[in-house]
Amino acid sequence: MVELFVYGIVLGSIISLGAIGLTLIYGILRFANFAHGDLMTAGAYVALFMVTGPFSWLGIPDHTFGALSFGWRMLLALPVSMVAVGGLGLLFDRIVFRKLRLKGSGVVILAMASLGASFIIRMLVLILWGADYRFYRPGLLRPALELPLGVKIRPDQILILLMVSFLVSVLHLFLQKTKMGKAMRATADNMDLARISGIDTERVIIWTWMIGGALAAAGGILYGIDVQLHAGMGWNFLLPLFAAAILGTIGNMYGALVGGLVIGVAQQVSTAFLLPTYKPAVAFMIMILILIIRPQGIFGGSHS
Amino acid sequence: MELSGILAYLVSLAVMAGIYAVFCLGLNIQWGYTGLFNIGIAGFFCVGAYTTALITTPKPTGLYAQYVQQVIGLDLPFIVGILGAALVCGVIAFLIGIPTLKLREDYLAIATIGIAETIRLIFNNEHALANGPRGLMGLPQPLQGLVDPRHYNYIYLTIVVIIMVVIYLLSERAIRSPWGRVLRAIREDEISAAMSGKDIFKFKMQSLVFGSMIMGIGGALYAHYTKAISPDVFTPLYGTFIIWVMLMAGGSGNNKGAILGAYSIWGIWIGTKFLTNLLPVTLKARAPYIRFLLIGILLEIILIYRPKGLLGEEKKVSKFLD
Repeated sequence: MVELFVYGIVLGSIISLGAIGLTLIYGILRFANFAHGDLMTAGAYVALFMVTGPFSWLGIPDHTFGALSFGWRMLLALPVSMVAVGGLGLLFDRIVFRKLRLKGSGVVILAMASLGASFIIRMLVLILWGADYRFYRPGLLRPALELPLGVKIRPDQILILLMVSFLVSVLHLFLQKTKMGKAMRATADNMDLARISGIDTERVIIWTWMIGGALAAAGGILYGIDVQLHAGMGWNFLLPLFAAAILGTIGNMYGALVGGLVIGVAQQVSTAFLLPTYKPAVAFMIMILILIIRPQGIFGGSHS
Repeated sequence: MELSGILAYLVSLAVMAGIYAVFCLGLNIQWGYTGLFNIGIAGFFCVGAYTTALITTPKPTGLYAQYVQQVIGLDLPFIVGILGAALVCGVIAFLIGIPTLKLREDYLAIATIGIAETIRLIFNNEHALANGPRGLMGLPQPLQGLVDPRHYNYIYLTIVVIIMVVIYLLSERAIRSPWGRVLRAIREDEISAAMSGKDIFKFKMQSLVFGSMIMGIGGALYAHYTKAISPDVFTPLYGTFIIWVMLMAGGSGNNKGAILGAYSIWGIWIGTKFLTNLLPVTLKARAPYIRFLLIGILLEIILIYRPKGLLGEEKKVSKFLD
């Protein structure tokens, strides 16, 4: 059980990365981005492409760092993929979402467009890489470390936790200390008010997509390192992401972080008495419970 | 291909498009008239199909029972299966409506995605319920002995069209009634509808349940057409997304548009199959993905450039106005 709890924290930290981006987009652009899971998929596959493609042609050494399952190539692929997926989100915003915003389409139409975007991304992944399961390093033995209480954990998983902590800390500093961070929080609070106080809301939107996309890409890559890559992986993350964002109150980044960890732990612990394939359903049940008991989430005031 | 072969192909195309038209009519009640964002159609599709399968097939006995497990098998006629499918879908819609219809409109969307995924997982994993991933087969078809089995699709097309027309007429009737006007008022402005003394929750619930029952009928019609069902059919792609594209293309808020959208998008979908047959062999294995990519792009184009669809909504629906 302790072991499942630890694995749940690892899974939950990955969910958190997706949920933070989802909740930022939800808070600032005001629509449910159903393409967010597939942005995670896109991130994982862009990294796969970089690792097996350009970085191997450039002759970047292939050896791994100590007991970890990846090396320089992956370390370089991570930021490249984060920027690329941030750009992908932004591209969809320019081609689709911005046009709909300017036409004054409702949030539901934007959400539907994001559903379309999610299928477009998934189909592109399927066309380019096919439907098979992929690994960053096929056939690699991944020994686990023994921790107290009989917990086995792989070095990769410790690195995942460190990486998520790092990214979340950077985001925290960005939101609290920089002018753009402040502008983003103000826009999430009230877009019209932010605009008349002289905040360039279009720039805020650009930053929102870049951050949301980059975090989603990181989440997808870390999941790919921990488990495997599959074109449907992001879709399976969609319910946990929404459950985490709603649990932690829509628009609240710290709430999404906590929500992600809670959902991850619940999903892993549930495998002790349910089939592992039911994990998305577990996230869904928790979400329904929150919607019944406290629809504004744990960090929401009663006014919302 | 000789003429009778082409004709048979067109008939099978018309049957599937007719079944999809039933789904579009159901979704039109929910989305087109009430503004309910249901993206878990695949769930109702699945439940409708399995319900009729369990109602109309006999429970396996003897050696066969070792290979096929199903929780019940009532061996009742087709029409009972259809009604049962509608009933069960209505109950599920009611249950999902309770926590979500009072909340923001997009929460219903997330909840319906969740219910669709959960339903698929249950049918995939609970082998005792309906044979797990292998699914059920041997569903009976109504009026089977009437004609040569080779020409049976003509009979089934007639059945599908009759059911589609009945649902169309019922739906038109409902939407032109005071009840339909309340739904449209809720869609346009929930608060002012509430201020006129309408119980928003009650009307939304009725719309959700009514639309989902129609979807259940669609699922049942599909099951008796293919005679074999398994959980992997009811994916978000075939079960939800394409139906949304059909309704948006035809014109949400217009029942004729719903039917037109189903037939034209299904025609395009089948047409692209012939196009992708021209692709080089290396790409052929991935042709379905290319086709779905095109459907996804089509949805974005419709949303941006023609949000009203081909027909658009009829603004005046009362027969006393012209």
